[in-house]
Amino acid sequence: MWRRPFPWLIAIVALAFALIPYFGDDVQLRESLLLAAIYVILASNLNLMIGYAGYVNFGNIVFFGLGGYVCVYLVSEWSWPLLPAALAGGIFVSVLALLFGLGILRLRGAFFALATIGVSEAIKQLVTNFEPWGGATGIYLSLEAYTPLGGPMQALWTTYLLVIVVMAASLFLSYAIKNSKFGLGLLAIGQNEDAAATLGVPTPLYKSLVYSTSGFLPAVAGGLYFFKTGIIEPNSAFNLGLSVEAIVMVMLGGQGTIIGPAIGAFVYEEMRGILLTAESFSHFQLVIAGILLLVIVMFAPGGLVGLVHRRWPVTRRWLE
Amino acid sequence: MIVILASVIDGVLIGAVYGLAAMGLTLIWGVMKVINLAHGIIIVLGMFALYFLATGLGLPPYGAVPVVITLGFVLGVALYWIAVHRIIGQPELMSLLATFAVNMVLVGLGTALWSTSPYNVPVSLPGVSWRDYTFTGTHLMAALLAAVIAGLLYLLLYHTRVGKAIRAVAGNREAAELSGIPTTRILAAAFGLGVALAAVSGTLIATMFPFTVLSGEAYQLKSFVVTVLGGLGNPAGALLGGIALGLVEGLATPFMPVSWIPIIEFGLFVLCLIVFPRGIFALSKA
Amino acid sequence: MTPLLEVIDLSKHFGGVQAVQNLSFAVREGEILGLIGPNGAGKSTVFNLINGVFRPDGGRIVLRGTEITGEPPYRVAKHGVARAHQIVQPLAGLSVLENCTVGACFGRENLPLTAAGAVAREVVDEVGLADQADTIAGQLTTAGKKRLELARALSARPYLLLLDEVLAGLNPTETERMIDILRRIRGRGVAILMIEHVMRAIMSLSDRIVVLSLGTKLAEGTPSQVANDPSVITAYLGDARLMQEAGKS
Repeated sequence: MWRRPFPWLIAIVALAFALIPYFGDDVQLRESLLLAAIYVILASNLNLMIGYAGYVNFGNIVFFGLGGYVCVYLVSEWSWPLLPAALAGGIFVSVLALLFGLGILRLRGAFFALATIGVSEAIKQLVTNFEPWGGATGIYLSLEAYTPLGGPMQALWTTYLLVIVVMAASLFLSYAIKNSKFGLGLLAIGQNEDAAATLGVPTPLYKSLVYSTSGFLPAVAGGLYFFKTGIIEPNSAFNLGLSVEAIVMVMLGGQGTIIGPAIGAFVYEEMRGILLTAESFSHFQLVIAGILLLVIVMFAPGGLVGLVHRRWPVTRRWLE
Repeated sequence: MIVILASVIDGVLIGAVYGLAAMGLTLIWGVMKVINLAHGIIIVLGMFALYFLATGLGLPPYGAVPVVITLGFVLGVALYWIAVHRIIGQPELMSLLATFAVNMVLVGLGTALWSTSPYNVPVSLPGVSWRDYTFTGTHLMAALLAAVIAGLLYLLLYHTRVGKAIRAVAGNREAAELSGIPTTRILAAAFGLGVALAAVSGTLIATMFPFTVLSGEAYQLKSFVVTVLGGLGNPAGALLGGIALGLVEGLATPFMPVSWIPIIEFGLFVLCLIVFPRGIFALSKA
Repeated sequence: MTPLLEVIDLSKHFGGVQAVQNLSFAVREGEILGLIGPNGAGKSTVFNLINGVFRPDGGRIVLRGTEITGEPPYRVAKHGVARAHQIVQPLAGLSVLENCTVGACFGRENLPLTAAGAVAREVVDEVGLADQADTIAGQLTTAGKKRLELARALSARPYLLLLDEVLAGLNPTETERMIDILRRIRGRGVAILMIEHVMRAIMSLSDRIVVLSLGTKLAEGTPSQVANDPSVITAYLGDARLMQEAGKS
């Protein structure tokens, strides 16, 4: 256990997340931990693109929103149970991402990033005009949707636990990929794509695969989140600001590491909470996030974890 | 039929301004391989500059043009030193995030200062009539000025020492450095130029249409489409590409609701990236 | 005996410049073939065409009887071609060992992670980087990076090694060491196609030499044949001393 303490750490933290509010029956804590878990999910999966493969996905919120729509739609219109519906959302988004990726990921980093900038806006527009999904009003879930889970109160706890599972899964996924041949190939691409290709890394395939993979868990989480919220509409589903914040979280915590994005998610959330309550700062949220990102990129591209590694090199071994 | 033709011609006029904006973007890419993700908000700054110069200071609208070019250049050089200088030569990821961060800061400041309400600068100019249709004076003027500025850029790039230096650095920075060109200052100047072009195109757009802090996104997308169409790093291609896009918009507007246009442009953009990665007028620099 | 690599009638132009024109030559199994020529002769372009970075306008490239013309680099690597670049391309954030593991994982043998790691360790020992196995590649000296470039290519266990000026910028001791390593590699049956300007080295290492000038083959033969070829001497007229050196070896 002490050789590779890391996976155990993840499990313990996830357990703590799950059990503490449960035993205290603390709804407020649960809600804030739920939000935190969602951010960790978004940041961790985004890190697969940014930190491993070196590709910035500006439209990462699309996975979350589309997954949410598919799940809520299946539950609402087709009376699917929650779990299959959320998983279906995940699969739908991954397949879509794979197809889109196969076209788009033949491009180099900068062009791919440009393509993702427009994606979220385009998808948002499309969904707004898509009547079967409620168009601009979106989809409401009636209370009956929660009866299979034992009623709304119980359903909230169940979805919370499921989100924790997805969060743990995201961290495990990062870990598993990083220690796999696939992950090594991705890291090579992130370091020097041309050299990686010359070495035999099948770059177009790997890039499409990681793009698709990075969408699965956020899509499932989206399904769970919007099921719990009871309503989904284009603005909340495709909150472009969240895409940006996810990027800042990844960079802040430490792109390319496993725990970095999670740390970044927490720290950023804390900061945001403090800033929002301080009246004068609330309008400047984007400005501060932007300055933060700029400072990180220029002076600490390895994020918080990178700083720890630099200051105490021994941590490189176990803090990944 | 006349309506379509008129719409197309109008599109071409506006397209010239799109081309001007895209020239700024493509110039920066061509010289230092950086994609300026703050391009859209800079266009917006140009729009607001017109507002404050014209309504605030009472400057005649078109008098703002040289002012904005100058201010834009200064802003560009400043941005280069603040955000771009340190990350030149680092992986693409870093330059993308750096300019993106600048974008965040500027959009945030803009929203805080000016909220998302629409602003308008009323500019009246006599139009030109043809049959039953009148071409808006401001559109004609904007296209004319865009062409003039593009011409000046051409003169700068091909008939001055600075321009030659810029082209040298764009071709091969090390070689340029070795032949005694102060490459860092040239890079700063090129970035300044790119920003100036973006800003002044915003000013010209503001003479034609109302705008908000968030208008930049749509124009940034148009600039990306045009830049890829015309071939990255190719200013002439950017101008032609802009006119082409204007033409397409002119063709499309009579037939579809305005909200679909960004989606179509995005589709076009992705298509271009996949099918013509080097631009339609591919002057390949292998 | 079928040659290992055949380059047949290869052509490539960039804009108005004909970089390579109707070039044909072959590399035999287990031989070291030197590729020399004045600057701008098209040598690096030939490498880029062989390993798939550029697609040729005309001609064919055949490796062990299989067409590899125009295939993308990652497929060419799987066929058994590995390359060490003139301007080193280390995966700067990864360690020396990890760099080589990438080579072993994705090269000809397409090994799984653990097996690749073992191969990488062997190769790292062989080229003398064992004590720096865990060093981050970006922190190596230039000589170290050049050795890593070679080690990484070797880790792929290729049939053919494309070496682009691996001796450039090395001091005499390092050069000798590198030449040793190259001889040992050839001894194990790996064929080498090498571009080099260090005349003495390439003349003594190569079994045969192909001389390129302005994209076409100027001469081909053993080192001494080539060194005494008048057209070669003329092509190098600007580098008279270079040819003197070559004549001495």
